[in-house]
Amino acid sequence: MKYILMAYVNEGAWPKMTKAEQEQGAAAYMAYGEALKKAGALVGSNRLQPTAAATTVRIANGKSQVLDGPYVDSKEQLGGYFLIDVPDLDAAISWASRCPAAGHGAVEVRPIWEM
Amino acid sequence: MNSREGDEQARTTAEAVARRSYGKLIAFLAARTGDVAAAEDALSEAFAVALADWPRKGSPASPEAWLLTVARRKIIDAYRGQRRHEIVGEELQVTEGLGAAAIAAEGPNQIPDQRLALMFVCSHPAIEAGIRAPLILQVILGLDAKAIASAFLMSPAAMSKRLVRAKEKIRQAGIPFRVPEREELPSRLDAVLDAVYAAFAEGWTDPAGTDVARRDLTEEAMFLAQLVTELLPEEPEALGLLALMLHAEARRRARRGGDGEYVPLAEQDPASWDLRMIEEAEALLRRASALGVIGRYQLEGALQSAHVDRYRTGRANWAEVVRLYDALLALSGSPVVAINRALAVAELQSARDALRAMPELSSDARLAEYQPYWAARAELLVKAGEKEEARRAYEIAIGLERDPAVRRFLQKRQSALASVAEGE
Repeated sequence: MKYILMAYVNEGAWPKMTKAEQEQGAAAYMAYGEALKKAGALVGSNRLQPTAAATTVRIANGKSQVLDGPYVDSKEQLGGYFLIDVPDLDAAISWASRCPAAGHGAVEVRPIWEM
Repeated sequence: MNSREGDEQARTTAEAVARRSYGKLIAFLAARTGDVAAAEDALSEAFAVALADWPRKGSPASPEAWLLTVARRKIIDAYRGQRRHEIVGEELQVTEGLGAAAIAAEGPNQIPDQRLALMFVCSHPAIEAGIRAPLILQVILGLDAKAIASAFLMSPAAMSKRLVRAKEKIRQAGIPFRVPEREELPSRLDAVLDAVYAAFAEGWTDPAGTDVARRDLTEEAMFLAQLVTELLPEEPEALGLLALMLHAEARRRARRGGDGEYVPLAEQDPASWDLRMIEEAEALLRRASALGVIGRYQLEGALQSAHVDRYRTGRANWAEVVRLYDALLALSGSPVVAINRALAVAELQSARDALRAMPELSSDARLAEYQPYWAARAELLVKAGEKEEARRAYEIAIGLERDPAVRRFLQKRQSALASVAEGE
């Protein structure tokens, strides 16, 4: 089954980190992605730009509204995702628990709606 | 045989199979599709076909295999009926999985027992904790949402909605049907045992045993606990849970006097206890302790055992009881345990020590609405000679109690206090 692991982290913490800390943080994500790849579980992954770069669009009364910022304002923000293919939820949870975001934020596990 | 007798016999056979094998059949079907609701629908259709078919053709040699074959066909039909192109691959898998295990005309023992795996599915951490016990009662035992709702003090509609949602979650999230690996097992088993115990405890909320749906629930929960110990005979906590339940059940009748009034443990007649159950519980506790890993349910079982022993032998064993509560409190940190521990402290030391040992009201918001907290406090205050405060504590306990017999018992206790004028 395919699952998306969504990494929610406090994006405000990143700019406050020292360069060395940032490098270490990025390296942890790199290593995690590599481990997923080696296990043959990785389908795709991306890191997202901060929510300041987000634009939200919706159509109201037939007119499209374009709003600056993310759809949801929250304490922690979606910072990236890993799309994985594993046998079941337990395997997905096990990978989610290894994701660095689980340590400094939270990882939401969602099954993909297969078409 | 006339058709009436045939109907009767078919019904009897179907009922016997349902009692004996319902959970086994559901587990077998669901494990192969990951879809509990579809398994339930298919099996219930298969039972309907059986009731129409068996009176004419006679009951099959292996009703279980017969039902599985029909249910399997129903599942495949249902998948085909959805006519969604994505189903094709899935359908092949399902067909293969269901067919592979030779469901030939063999006895029920030939069907692999996956009820334990199904119980682990129902109490998976991804399933909301509050619905785990109802879910197990439904899918393993086939109880309907209405009976479960009544025991859990919920409307049938709400219960049935939550059950449907939980089954959808199992399917959509891809919760695996298997018994967890060694390293995961203890924590996952705790969730299964907690769910079984919740079913048992809900059954107990009708201590008068007047509500049939609830009385049945304690029996069903005992059956589940028994099942877990049979399938996992080396798990000490599973043995401990069954022992705890047997001890409680052994004294059920003694909790009510001839007039239906509530009788507290200290005033029960040990002669009215079920000795066979007590012996069985004791044997289970010995088996559990030989396995060398202590846990919550074993400690609670051991406490029951200590209470029973005290009344049977007349030997005070409060030091042992307090020690067991200490261990349990260290493990659970539960204010409910702290309350019971305080009552034992009163026997070992003094009521004043016990009052100091009671949990702080501020430690848990739910305590203020927890009847046993106020009843225990009232008892301790009486012993400490604080009559007015005791009267007030009884007042709150009475206001919070649900069971009329217990309420009357508390009222009697309250009025036994030498009447103290209001506001004095």
